[in-house]
Amino acid sequence: MEAATTSAPAAAPPAKKKVTDRAKAERKLAWMLCAPAVIAMIVVTGYPIAYAFYLSLQKFDLRFPDDKEFVGLANYGDVLTSSTWWTDVFTTLIITVVSVAIELVLGMAIALVMHRAIFGRGPVRAAILIPYGIITVVAAFAWKFAFDPTSGFVAGLPLISDDAQPLNTKNGSLMVIVLAEVWKTTPFMALLLLAGLALVPDELHEAAKVDGASVTQRFFRITLPLMKPAILVALLFRTLDAFRIFDNVYIIQPGGALGTETVSILGYNVLINRGNLGLGSAISILIFLCVILIAVFFVRVLGTSTAQQRGEA
Amino acid sequence: MQHTNRERAAWSIGILVVLFYALIPVAWIAAISLKTPEQVADRKFYSGFHLDNYEVIFKDDMFIAALINSIGIAAIATLISIVLAAMTAYATSRLNFAGKTVILSGALAVAMFPPISIVGSLFDMWRAVGLYDTWPGLIIPYMTFTLPLAIYTLSAFFREIPWELEQAAQVDGATPFQAFTKVIVPLAAPGVFTAAILVFIFAWNDFIFANTLTSTDNARTVPAALAFFTGASQFEQPIGAIAAAAVVVTVPIIIMVLIFQRRIVAGLTAGAVKG
Repeated sequence: MEAATTSAPAAAPPAKKKVTDRAKAERKLAWMLCAPAVIAMIVVTGYPIAYAFYLSLQKFDLRFPDDKEFVGLANYGDVLTSSTWWTDVFTTLIITVVSVAIELVLGMAIALVMHRAIFGRGPVRAAILIPYGIITVVAAFAWKFAFDPTSGFVAGLPLISDDAQPLNTKNGSLMVIVLAEVWKTTPFMALLLLAGLALVPDELHEAAKVDGASVTQRFFRITLPLMKPAILVALLFRTLDAFRIFDNVYIIQPGGALGTETVSILGYNVLINRGNLGLGSAISILIFLCVILIAVFFVRVLGTSTAQQRGEA
Repeated sequence: MQHTNRERAAWSIGILVVLFYALIPVAWIAAISLKTPEQVADRKFYSGFHLDNYEVIFKDDMFIAALINSIGIAAIATLISIVLAAMTAYATSRLNFAGKTVILSGALAVAMFPPISIVGSLFDMWRAVGLYDTWPGLIIPYMTFTLPLAIYTLSAFFREIPWELEQAAQVDGATPFQAFTKVIVPLAAPGVFTAAILVFIFAWNDFIFANTLTSTDNARTVPAALAFFTGASQFEQPIGAIAAAAVVVTVPIIIMVLIFQRRIVAGLTAGAVKG
């Protein structure tokens, strides 16, 4: 915020002085308008993450509050050498990769349906916004009840064995979790892709059509390459979002039972259920680092540009 | 436009598949909510129209309290978030100043921030300062985590406003206040309203903060209350009651989404930040 007063050229010619004053006033106004939001974001995310880092260096268990002491990086050592952490990272990655991949394909299909709709665009748009509006916990319950061995309709469907009890097995539970995640978030993916599709000029398709390119060729040679920036941004947002999956797992397999524990569930269990703020905070910081790694991977390796999101496009 | 009957048939099937996909879990949870306990195991989508489960939840003090908490907390968080975001969006879309990019990038970083990374800290901090299990204890994180979404959506809308009209009105003799309230406010209102819907849905949906930062009816919101519902025996989830409660909190959102679908789509794609 000190920037507002430092950079104004002091010895500007008199004719330009008025402009400088005005620019100065504008800058001051801008910072005053932005200050509350900026302060809120720093206080509620910046400070707690710093505090989490501080806690992660302590031995600090709420069950033994007097036993608090500085232990350096010992908590990180404990987490990184435990098989639970690595198993949970693996589970989280599986859920993330599988759901985001399915969402990309499904989202693209829905976006194409909406983009090329002959009729019925309104009902489709309305329908896909329903999953978006529904509380994740509610959606998770809906899918959990659908697969319930005694009362769910899925086991009653033809072609599905009455003994099929996906919620009693690890892979079955992961499948239901992925299904719930995909159902809830595909609309968001579809809308982002639809916005990207609108940027592909129709003339290119017409020209390719005249040259004899098939529908498939046009999709893979024209639509996909031109949509790459939109696809990457959608993938970045959804990957980060899926990596912190919590609500679905918490409801479908409470506590991350049957090997469905994800990193967010692990963090919750250690922090809140066990009250081990030291060890739990180390997990929190490691999850934070994973998220940064994913974001850096998308931006540096895949060349995702978030300029449009920052309003610079 | 000429389309063959085959094309029309293919599209109709496509539309039906999408509708089916979107509605099946909603239909199932509504179906369960209308069953009697004896019918729960019949696996049917329709077993008559019984409102027993709704009677149960509307007599349940915990659910009523959660409903009031959810509405109040989400509404206040939305109001504050929109006011702060509107100020920021006005500055970043209309004023020239160094630091604009830093603010917008910072907001983008907050949008990607994993909540689990700070719930432990907030849990400890809130208990120390007396915000644990209170409305402000949830309003503060909701307001903050919805700021990026609100700022991006509002900036996108504000960039489209023809601000010259404000000066034009003043040239025509309007006072600056009149120019603002009679010209700019009506132009900005749709965008502000859209951002408010998206922010409200976000706050209404949250589970992780509601679950970790509350412990009683004092501030527990509906998503957390649903997870804590227990039936006759403590280890059995009352499926019917949960389903009825789920329908009660879902119907208003569905109605809102259907009425404002165009705006929500415009807002989501303009802001392009997850809600």
